[in-house]
Amino acid sequence: MTSYEAVIGLEVHAQLKTKSKIFCGCSTEFNAKENENTCPVCTGMPGSLPVLNKKAVEFALKMAMATQCTIHEKSIFARKNYFYPDLPKGYQISQYDKPLAVQGKVGKVRIHRIHMEEDAGKNIHGTVSSYVNLNRAGIPLIEIVSEPDMRSSQEAGEYLRELRSMLRYLDICDGNMEEGSFRCDVNISIRPLTQKEYGTRAEIKNINSFRFVEKAIEYEIERQKEVLESGKRVVQETRLWDSEKNQTFSMRSKEEAHDYRYFPDPDLLPLQIPNTWIEDVKKSIPELGAQKKERFMNQYGLTEYDAGLLVQEKELAQYFEEVVQICQQPKLASNWILSELLRETTATQIAASPISSKHLGELIKLIQKGTISGKIAKTIFEKMWNSGQSPKTIVEKEGLVQVSDENVIRQWVEEVLKNNQKFVDEYRAGRTKLLGFFVGEIMKKSQGKANPATIHEILKKKLDSKGE
Amino acid sequence: MIPLYDYSLDELSQKLQKKEVSSVELTQSVLKRIEETKAKLNTFITLTKESALQTAKTVDQKRIKGEVLSPLAGIPIALKDIFLTQGIKTTCCSKILSQFIPPYDSTVVKRLKQNDVVLVGKLNMDEFAMGSSNENSCFGPVKNPWDLERTPGGSSGGSAAAVAASQCLGAFGTDTGGSIRQPASLCGVVGIKPTYGRVSRYGIIAFASSLDQVGPFGKRVKDVAHLLKAVAGRDSMDSTSADMKVPDYTQFLTKDIKGLKIGIAKEYFIKGMEASTEKVVHKAIDHLKKLGAKIIDVSLPHTSYAVPTYYLIATAEASSNLARYDGVKYGYRAKASTLQEMYRKTRGEGFGREVKRRIMLGTFVLSSGYYDAYYKKASQVRTLIKRDFDEAFKHCDLIVTPTSPTTAFKLGEKMEDPLQMYLSDIFTISANLAGLPGLVLPCGFDEKNLPIGLQILGPHFKEEKIFHLAYAYEQSTEWHQRKPTV
Repeated sequence: MTSYEAVIGLEVHAQLKTKSKIFCGCSTEFNAKENENTCPVCTGMPGSLPVLNKKAVEFALKMAMATQCTIHEKSIFARKNYFYPDLPKGYQISQYDKPLAVQGKVGKVRIHRIHMEEDAGKNIHGTVSSYVNLNRAGIPLIEIVSEPDMRSSQEAGEYLRELRSMLRYLDICDGNMEEGSFRCDVNISIRPLTQKEYGTRAEIKNINSFRFVEKAIEYEIERQKEVLESGKRVVQETRLWDSEKNQTFSMRSKEEAHDYRYFPDPDLLPLQIPNTWIEDVKKSIPELGAQKKERFMNQYGLTEYDAGLLVQEKELAQYFEEVVQICQQPKLASNWILSELLRETTATQIAASPISSKHLGELIKLIQKGTISGKIAKTIFEKMWNSGQSPKTIVEKEGLVQVSDENVIRQWVEEVLKNNQKFVDEYRAGRTKLLGFFVGEIMKKSQGKANPATIHEILKKKLDSKGE
Repeated sequence: MIPLYDYSLDELSQKLQKKEVSSVELTQSVLKRIEETKAKLNTFITLTKESALQTAKTVDQKRIKGEVLSPLAGIPIALKDIFLTQGIKTTCCSKILSQFIPPYDSTVVKRLKQNDVVLVGKLNMDEFAMGSSNENSCFGPVKNPWDLERTPGGSSGGSAAAVAASQCLGAFGTDTGGSIRQPASLCGVVGIKPTYGRVSRYGIIAFASSLDQVGPFGKRVKDVAHLLKAVAGRDSMDSTSADMKVPDYTQFLTKDIKGLKIGIAKEYFIKGMEASTEKVVHKAIDHLKKLGAKIIDVSLPHTSYAVPTYYLIATAEASSNLARYDGVKYGYRAKASTLQEMYRKTRGEGFGREVKRRIMLGTFVLSSGYYDAYYKKASQVRTLIKRDFDEAFKHCDLIVTPTSPTTAFKLGEKMEDPLQMYLSDIFTISANLAGLPGLVLPCGFDEKNLPIGLQILGPHFKEEKIFHLAYAYEQSTEWHQRKPTV
C-alpha cells in the first residue's frame, strides 16, 4: 500500500484591534447594536470614499516584522469585485499583486505574504427575510498566507498557535477563533511519499476552532486517500467544515470559482512605507513568546515544558515574572502558578485573578522563610482565592504561623510518644516505617502549624535515644 | 430694464454687497425665470424653492447685521444631480437611484453652504454621467437653449443649459472625459475642469474615480473663478485630493498676456472636424497672437490613443463603482425570489442602455486573462499621454485647442451610433487621462448661430494661468455677451 504525505498551507485572517475601522472613523466595538457602527463610507453609500487608518497599517507592520517579512516600500490597495449582500460596495478593498509584505518565517513555516484588507459585514437569515449587519464591514484585517510547508495536523496546529501567540503578544488581535477575530482557511493536498509534485488541493473554509482545524485536516487526509486509493482524482474545490458531522463537504468547484477582476483602487493612493516608519514600529515590538521561552529557560532554569506553558499568554508570562521578582524563587513560582493557580483560572484570565502576583510572591516568600508550612500554604492559597486578601493578613488573622519553637514541639512529640508506647517499642524493634505515622500525629496535634523539620529533628532524637 | 437673472454672478455679487439688491429679490427673479423656461429646457430634476428663499432671507439678514460674507453669499446656483445633498433627492438621473435621498452632503455642497450660496435645485444629466448628449437621462434629454431641437452636450448638459438660459448664476458639474467642457462649448458658457485632486470628490457619485473631477459653469470667466475658489482645496475625506494652497483666482484676471507662450498641437486639428469650428478656433488663436501671445507648435503624439484608452479605463472603473447598486440597501429593487434573480432584475431594470453597455465593457476588460491586454495596457498608454503633455509644457505655458469637433448636434442624431457619440469627446478626454486642468469659453458661432468653445489646457495646478488667458481673451471679444432667446 502506498504511503502518503499531506501538504498543508494556511490562510489566516486576523482582525486588527484598532479603535476605528480601516477606511472610516466608525468604532470596531464587538457588542454594538445592529448597524450602529456604520457611516456612509462603511455602508458603501454613493459618493463615499475610503481614507486609510494609519493605526491599522502600523499594526499590520508589526506582524510583518514579527514574522520577518520583507516589507514593500510601496504597496497597492486593489478592489476584489464580487456580489454579496454583506459586501456593500460590491467590492472588497484588499491588496493583490503588491501586498504589504512578503517572504517571512514563523518557526519552520515560511510566510508567503501578509496583506491588508477590510472585513465584510454579516448576513443574518430569519425565517421570512434576511438581514445585513454592517458593523463588521470595514474592520481591518490582515491575511497571513503561509507556504505549503506543513505536513500534519499537528504541525498546522502548532503554526496556528504560534501565529495567534504572536498576534496577542503584539497586542494587535484578540485571536479569538470562536468570535471570528482569528479565522483560518486550510489548503491541503496529499501525495505519495515518493512523489515530488504537489497533489490537487482542496480549500477548507468555515473552521472556527483550533481543534476543528486539526480534525478537518485529519478528515481531509483520509478522504483524499480514499479518493486516490479508489483510482479517482481529487477535485480542486472549496469545501466547508461541518463541526457537527465532523466532516468536510463540497461548496463549489474551481469551475464555479469567482473571477474577482482585481484592479488597483483609484480612490486610494499607493501605500508608502518610509524607512523611518519601519524603524519607529520596530522599536515598539515587544519580546515575543518564542524569545521569552528561551529566556525563561536560561534565566530561570525552567524546563522547556514549563517555560512553554508560562509564555502561552503574555499576561501569564508577565504574572510569572512579577511573582519571581517578589519571591526570587522561579521554580516555586512556576510550580505554584502552573499547578495551583491555573487550576482555578485560565491563562487569558490571569489578570483578573483575585490572587495578585504580589500576593502569590509574598505567599512563596512566607514558605521560604519558614513562616508557614507548605501544607498551610495551600490552605492560605484557597483563602486568598476566595477573599482576595494578602497571605500576611490571613496568616495573622487565623494564627497560621508555623511553630518552630523547640520547647513547644518537644512537648507535642513527648505527648504523642507517650500515647503510642506500643508503636514506639515496635519502631525501636526495627519498624522504622512508623516514623511517618508519628510525624502525622504530631502535625495533627499542632493543627498543621508545626515546622516539619523541627518535628523530624526532635522526634528522631527521642526515638533513637532509647531508654530515656 | 435688465432682469436680475440676466446679470453675471460677479456683477450680482457687487450689487448684493452694495445692498442694491437683496438675495431674496435675486432668488425670486431666478426662480421665476426657472418656472418660465424649465419645461422647454428640461434642465431641473428637483427644485428647492422654499429652502432657497429661506437661505436667501438668512443671508440678507446676515448682511444687514454687517457680517463679513463670501462673494458668493446669496447667489443662486444649481448642481448637477450627481452631488449628494443631504435630505434632497439625488438621482444621477438613473431609475436605480430615482428615490434616493442621501444621508449626507458632499464636500462641495458643504463648502458652498459655508459660502452662503443659495441652492435652487438639482440639474439633469446623462445617467451616471455617461454620455455626451444628455440623452441618457431617465428624465429625458435637456434641450439646448440656442436650438431646442439640439443637444446641450453631456454629461453635465443640464448645468450648461441652465447657466446659458440664466436659470441660475452658476452651476456645478463633473467632468470624466469632457462632461463639463463639451456642454460648455455647445451651450456657449464658461466651464472649467480643474486639475485632478483640486476639488474633493467626496459625496459625488462616482463614475470613473481616477478621471472624475468637479468644476463650475458660469457666464463669465470671473464667475467661474469665484466658484472654483469656493470649493477647491484639500479634503481629509478624499485621499486623492491634493494638499495644495488654493490661490484667489480672481487676482490673476488681467488683460495683459504679452509674451505668454501658447502651444498649438496639430493632433487637435483633424479630419472630420466641422470646417466652421476649425475656422473659428484658428481665428481665436490669431486673436491671442494679436494680444501679444507667442504661438508655438507643440506635439502630443499619443493623442489618437486617448479615446480607446479612456473607454478601457473609464468603463473598468465604472463596472466596479456601479456594483453597489444591487437592490440590497437603497435605491430601486426588483421583485425576485432568489438573491441572484434580485441582482439581475434590479440591475437589468434599473440601469439604462448606455450604463449597461459600459458596465459590460468594463467587466470584460478587467476579466482574468484580459486584464493585461486591456486595463494594464491602457494604464501604460495613459502614462505616455501624460508624458506628452509634460514634454509640451516645457515649451509653452498653456495649450489652446478646439473643444468639440462639432457644434451642438440634433437630439437623436447619434443615439444609435455609440462610437460616433464617443468621438465628440476626442479633444477633451486627454486632459482627464493626464489629470490636467482645462477651461472652455465661447470663441464664436457657426453659420447656424450655434456657439463654439475654445479649450485652454494648463499644467497641473496652474488654473490661475488658464484663468488669466481666458479672461484676457473674453474681455477683448464680444462672444460672451450673446444670449440665447428662450
